[in-house]
Amino acid sequence: MPQEILATFNVRRLSILDPDGNVDEALMPELPDAELRRMYEMMVLLRTYDNRALALQREGRLGTYPPSFGQEAAQIGSAFALKPTDWVFPSFREVGIHLTLGYPIAQLYQYWAGDERGQRGPDHLNIFPFCVSVGTHLPHAVGAALAARYRKDPVAVAVFFGDGATSKGDFHEAFNMAGALNAPVVFVCQNNQWAISIPVREQTAAATLAQKAFGYGFEGIQVDGNDVLAVYRGVKEALDRARDGGGPTFVECLTYRMADHTTADDAARYRPPEEVASWRERDPLLRLERFLARRGLWDEAYRNQVQEQVQQTVDAGVRAMEEIPPPERSDLFTYTAAAPTPRQAAQLEES
Amino acid sequence: MPHLNMVQAINQALAQEMERDDRVVLLGEDIGKDGGVFRVTEGLWERFGAERVIDTPLSESGIVGTAIGMAAYGLRPVPEIQFLGFAYAALDQIFTHAARIRNRSRGRYSCPMVIRTPYGGGIKAPELHEESSEALFCHMPGIKVVVPSGPYHAKGLLLQALRDPDPVLFLEPTRLYRMIREEVPEGEYTIPLGKARVVREGKQVTVVSWGSMLERVLKAVGPEAEVIDLMTLSPFDAETVLASVRKTGRAVVVQEAPKTGGFGAEIVATIAEEAILYLRGPVLRVAAPDVTMPLPKLIDAYLPTMDHISNAVQEVLRY
Ligand SMILES: Cc1ncc(C[n+]2csc(CCOP(=O)(O)OP(=O)(O)O)c2C)c(N)n1
Ligand SMILES: [Mg+2]
Repeated sequence: MPQEILATFNVRRLSILDPDGNVDEALMPELPDAELRRMYEMMVLLRTYDNRALALQREGRLGTYPPSFGQEAAQIGSAFALKPTDWVFPSFREVGIHLTLGYPIAQLYQYWAGDERGQRGPDHLNIFPFCVSVGTHLPHAVGAALAARYRKDPVAVAVFFGDGATSKGDFHEAFNMAGALNAPVVFVCQNNQWAISIPVREQTAAATLAQKAFGYGFEGIQVDGNDVLAVYRGVKEALDRARDGGGPTFVECLTYRMADHTTADDAARYRPPEEVASWRERDPLLRLERFLARRGLWDEAYRNQVQEQVQQTVDAGVRAMEEIPPPERSDLFTYTAAAPTPRQAAQLEES
Repeated sequence: MPHLNMVQAINQALAQEMERDDRVVLLGEDIGKDGGVFRVTEGLWERFGAERVIDTPLSESGIVGTAIGMAAYGLRPVPEIQFLGFAYAALDQIFTHAARIRNRSRGRYSCPMVIRTPYGGGIKAPELHEESSEALFCHMPGIKVVVPSGPYHAKGLLLQALRDPDPVLFLEPTRLYRMIREEVPEGEYTIPLGKARVVREGKQVTVVSWGSMLERVLKAVGPEAEVIDLMTLSPFDAETVLASVRKTGRAVVVQEAPKTGGFGAEIVATIAEEAILYLRGPVLRVAAPDVTMPLPKLIDAYLPTMDHISNAVQEVLRY
């Protein structure tokens, strides 16, 4: 008997904008000029927010902080694809999503300064708190997606995680559950190619992360994660499909962590400076600038104006953060459960 | 009043709450078409449909993690873990997320869900099917641990757990599933969480127990003993225990689990802190030895017996 081929898979890669800012018009998503400029403004905001966080950390005003430097397109492109009613399950390195959706900057800094109250998002946003335990939040997104479908809400769920997270059991349990139950969920991997000191080629023997989805019965696609238009298009198509009952999709955004893992890390110990330098040339922000300039949507005056505005926004966020009074001791107890146990009530009285 | 066993009482509670509250959905391995390996969810898939009684892949962490997301979205999921020993694969979800999401989100999200799972020894099952590791969960703030000891209490406690705003681990003593039949009212009723009950009054010694051990305690002790069924381990009802110990001046705690670090230790410590001046002698623990749960051939050498219990009671009565 001849051998049969039972299944074959093709992993697509989507890229729209090249490093010089040339765009593939056939793939260009429909975005009005004002939206293109807003994307740019959000990317500048994220970078400025990020740099300020590093400065605040050096001054001892923030604790350990994980920068987003280099991943602006992957984050902002994803955020633009979301509808306000969609649910978001972030890891800890996607504040670009928060900033785009309007999460208060003061609260983001407040959280990284070690104040849990920063995690209480505004009620109109469906953003789950940061998940510090890598990759363990993926099943939550599947659950929220199934709940939304049960309620017949026109909602899709997006969950964000890094390349390191793809090695966790919960990644696989969530992918499998989502495929088996056809959950309206989009898995978005920020493949920044490093999990602290472990490069992605040591994280897995697979040639791409995207291909892992096929093992669970749905499509995985790789997008150029430094191309905000490709990220936007890839994530948006996946979210639309989820909302239309088409089930889960995995979008791998191939990007690069240009900074240290966190402020407590020194990446020079484990990765060559030439590698970092080569990615500087693929800076997602530069690429969008070049594209916008070609469209007549960007010049130095506009850039200066954006930078000034963003600076003011970030300054105001820092000031607001520093005006927040420190938490009370009673705050330890308030949210452990809806009501304190008798012992907790007694412990609250002691001090 | 109908006489039901615990399987039937739990099934009735689930059905009634699903009827009353469309937020309640069940998920787990083999719980739908098959009605669960112990038939606890029998008939619910037919009655409420596959959207509310979800047959999942074999994926304990995935089941609990999915339930957490459902709860955050506003449902009241009831994940079933087929046996407590397999909840070890879901400990990360329970400890890292279910027990903490209210705190982490400062009250924006909560996790009202009931993790149901058969627990305890004596059912001639393979390895990891008979664990009694309740103490692990009692150490984690943010999750309640409830253990019924018979059909009547199983129904009332489960209905209350299903209405609790926070996660509850509901441990169903497997050995008792079909052993005890009791009158169980057909209508809804709830039994508060965090409250113990005095099963039998006595004057000379307090015997504290829960779950499947209670059945042995009641057979092993005489009228001198005041028997307390904790029903909820976390948070446990210290007041009822202390009031009894202040009256009797003696105490024995009976648990099925290994002795060291078991939940009995917490009760003994509480008595030592709050009622030591009322004691006439040592407080004793009856527990399994600190060994790995054996397979059925050695189960009788492992589980506390009626003799162990009555000997401990006689011992403290000497003081
Ligand atoms: C379960 C778990 N293990 C280890 C850690 C410590 N840790 C924090 S981030 C990280 C690497 C994560 O890599 P990746 O998923 O690629 O995300 P990235 O940091 O690159 O955004 C590690 C090992 C953790 N937070 N959680
Ligand atoms: Mg990474």
